[in-house]
Amino acid sequence: MTDTTPASAEKPASARLTVVKAINAGLRRSMENDDKVLVMGEDVGKLGGVFRVTDGLQKDFGEDRVIDTPLAESGIIGTAVGLALRGYRPVCEIQFDGFVFPGYDQIVTQVAKMHFRSGGRLRLPIVIRIPYGGGIGAVEHHSESPEAYFAHTPGLKVVSCSNPVDAYWMIQQSITTDDPVVFFEPKRRYYEKAEFDLDAEPELPLHSSRVVNQGTDATVATYGPMVKTCMEAAAAAAEDGRSLDVIDLRTLSPLDLEPVYQSVRRTGRLVVVHEAQRTLGIGTEVAARVTEECFYSLESPVIRVTGYDTPYPPARVEDDYLPDLDRVLDGVDRALSY
Amino acid sequence: MTVDTAATSTGDPAAREPELVQLLTPEGQRVPHEYYDTLIEDITAEDIRGLYRDLVLSRRIDSEAVALQRQGELGLWASMLGQEAAQVGSGRALRPQDHAFPTYREHAVAWCRGVEATQLLGLFRGVDQGSWDPRENNFHLYTIVIGAQTLHATGYAMGVQRDGAIGTGDPERDTAVIAYFGDGATSQGDVNEAFIWASVNNAPVVFFCQNNQWAISEPLERQTRVPLYRRAHGFGFPGLRVDGNDVLACLAVSREALQRARDGEGPSLIEAFTYRMGAHTTTDDPTRYRLAADLEHWRLKDPIERVKAYLVRGDLVDQQFFDDLDAESEELAGNLRTACRALPDPEPTSIFEHVYVEPPPTLLAQRDEMAQYLDSFAEQEGPR
Ligand SMILES: Cc1ncc(C[n+]2csc(CCOP(=O)(O)OP(=O)(O)O)c2C)c(N)n1
Ligand SMILES: [Mg+2]
Repeated sequence: MTDTTPASAEKPASARLTVVKAINAGLRRSMENDDKVLVMGEDVGKLGGVFRVTDGLQKDFGEDRVIDTPLAESGIIGTAVGLALRGYRPVCEIQFDGFVFPGYDQIVTQVAKMHFRSGGRLRLPIVIRIPYGGGIGAVEHHSESPEAYFAHTPGLKVVSCSNPVDAYWMIQQSITTDDPVVFFEPKRRYYEKAEFDLDAEPELPLHSSRVVNQGTDATVATYGPMVKTCMEAAAAAAEDGRSLDVIDLRTLSPLDLEPVYQSVRRTGRLVVVHEAQRTLGIGTEVAARVTEECFYSLESPVIRVTGYDTPYPPARVEDDYLPDLDRVLDGVDRALSY
Repeated sequence: MTVDTAATSTGDPAAREPELVQLLTPEGQRVPHEYYDTLIEDITAEDIRGLYRDLVLSRRIDSEAVALQRQGELGLWASMLGQEAAQVGSGRALRPQDHAFPTYREHAVAWCRGVEATQLLGLFRGVDQGSWDPRENNFHLYTIVIGAQTLHATGYAMGVQRDGAIGTGDPERDTAVIAYFGDGATSQGDVNEAFIWASVNNAPVVFFCQNNQWAISEPLERQTRVPLYRRAHGFGFPGLRVDGNDVLACLAVSREALQRARDGEGPSLIEAFTYRMGAHTTTDDPTRYRLAADLEHWRLKDPIERVKAYLVRGDLVDQQFFDDLDAESEELAGNLRTACRALPDPEPTSIFEHVYVEPPPTLLAQRDEMAQYLDSFAEQEGPR
């Protein structure tokens, strides 16, 4: 070969991807890097998943690695346990948030505890992908936010991406994690786009939160689909002369709250925002820890802006159930009123 | 050891094809059957015209709902196109005291149970999660979580059993329960547990599986390697396969199984062999996973055309009947459209109603918090 063009002269693999395409690209990378990585779930093969997140993977990696499973979530998770025991790294897709529960027993009693019970001898590097959250006008069981059930369970790691770049890196990082990871995908943000370099290095380790807007008047901590909402709220607040620190938590178990503590020590006020119902949600834990760590810095109680403590309502009232820009700003106002 | 390899053996296809109960061919020929004919010998030409009307009108409701979804009036619709005969045949075999537990696709069963077509729309429009009173028509709410309702039906049947409402010989008292589910659902643990519960309790329940060949994009082979009806034998109760596009056969086999249940003879499984002619739901694109040729094949087996052919050939009907039915169908669709558009959006604070029978004060406080918050906008600048 006489062509001596140095590799560094090649253009970086930059692409403009949606969250859906970014997860797809991340899965593809992981499958190329490690032939033990499997994708399994309902309709993930030929159809490419109901959201097309696994589009084209079965065509390129074959039916042994991209498995259209029988219609049974307990079966999906339970057989992933066996495959993992045999050395595979299954990535399970749960079709919608509300359908994880037939598999909940396997996740909580088996996946979460195997490493502990075996005295560390066994590892279950399983990823459970769950499209979650509302705001898409869907029928019941298709708009829920069940993350707290999983974050409450020792032995599971729980993360939620909010944008294409994180989606791309976090799915790959989850797959290389030797602990089981529940990976929540913000389905109403599936079609948000970003341009980024697929060959770069991830900016952050998996279990770290990120300050996404700098401000001084109040701190807003959130994750998943609500990050965009809170960024819009921060922009609106800026027009009113208020600056908000916005933190994308990204990891729900373990929580990475150091950036939140640092922020609250400056602002003295914290608003936690999520779609999930309020009682015993992620916001409750964040509020408790911030109270413990930053007690003398707090100028107001920690405010939770969340879904209400009702079942997820019919689609035509979901806009009143879900936190939106106005409710976030209302929460900020309440924090500032002390 | 004999292994049942019916679904996978490479032998003669005709020998592989399991028994299929059929009383009316796709061409509308009446097929005599020594036993099943006796179960429908009371059915008159008038009754068959009635079944035809059920098929036509329920299809009209379904196609109107698809249209309403396209127009943005519904968020989603799960079409039952092609499955009308399975639903009408079984639905018309029910007695008033029998109780049905549907999936999300049993629109023609709802029709047979007397549920107002408009009431089916609320769930799909996003204004409620089931607006009919399940106690009124003995037709339970739609269940979207696959398979869950089969256990509910079984438990309900166990209650019927404990109430002594089986085996008395009183046709107005003896009660059967019917559980509807799909081919995909047969893989769920819940469905298999329902089979076990029903079997060991000898519960008066009929498991009515509409095998429409697809679970979204997954063909039957992803769920089973034996014909589904044969699963029943392993659980300890009878199972059979019926031509799900033949309303007479579906009526006959459902009557048999329901009567078995009412007589206290326990559960049965009916596999209604049919085809999902439409998309899984209005958000699905079936061209990604199935061939147009399969659809053509099944179009020739249409459940409505064969009844029409039978009625016409037998001179059991006149043009006036069809004209009247057309007019009735148009009127039904028109009323449905109007009623759908008139369905009001729920009040925001209504989401706090019926979470509990006795709501805790903390929840009522959240309701007041929401009301106050919404009022603050009204004060500022009128409606948001
Ligand atoms: C527990 C659960 N998992 C997944 C889904 C998503 N889903 C909805 S319908 C469906 C396929 C159902 O197939 P089948 O049982 O054959 O019924 P059909 O839709 O064909 O009538 C799936 C996977 C669900 N509703 N519930
Ligand atoms: Mg099906």
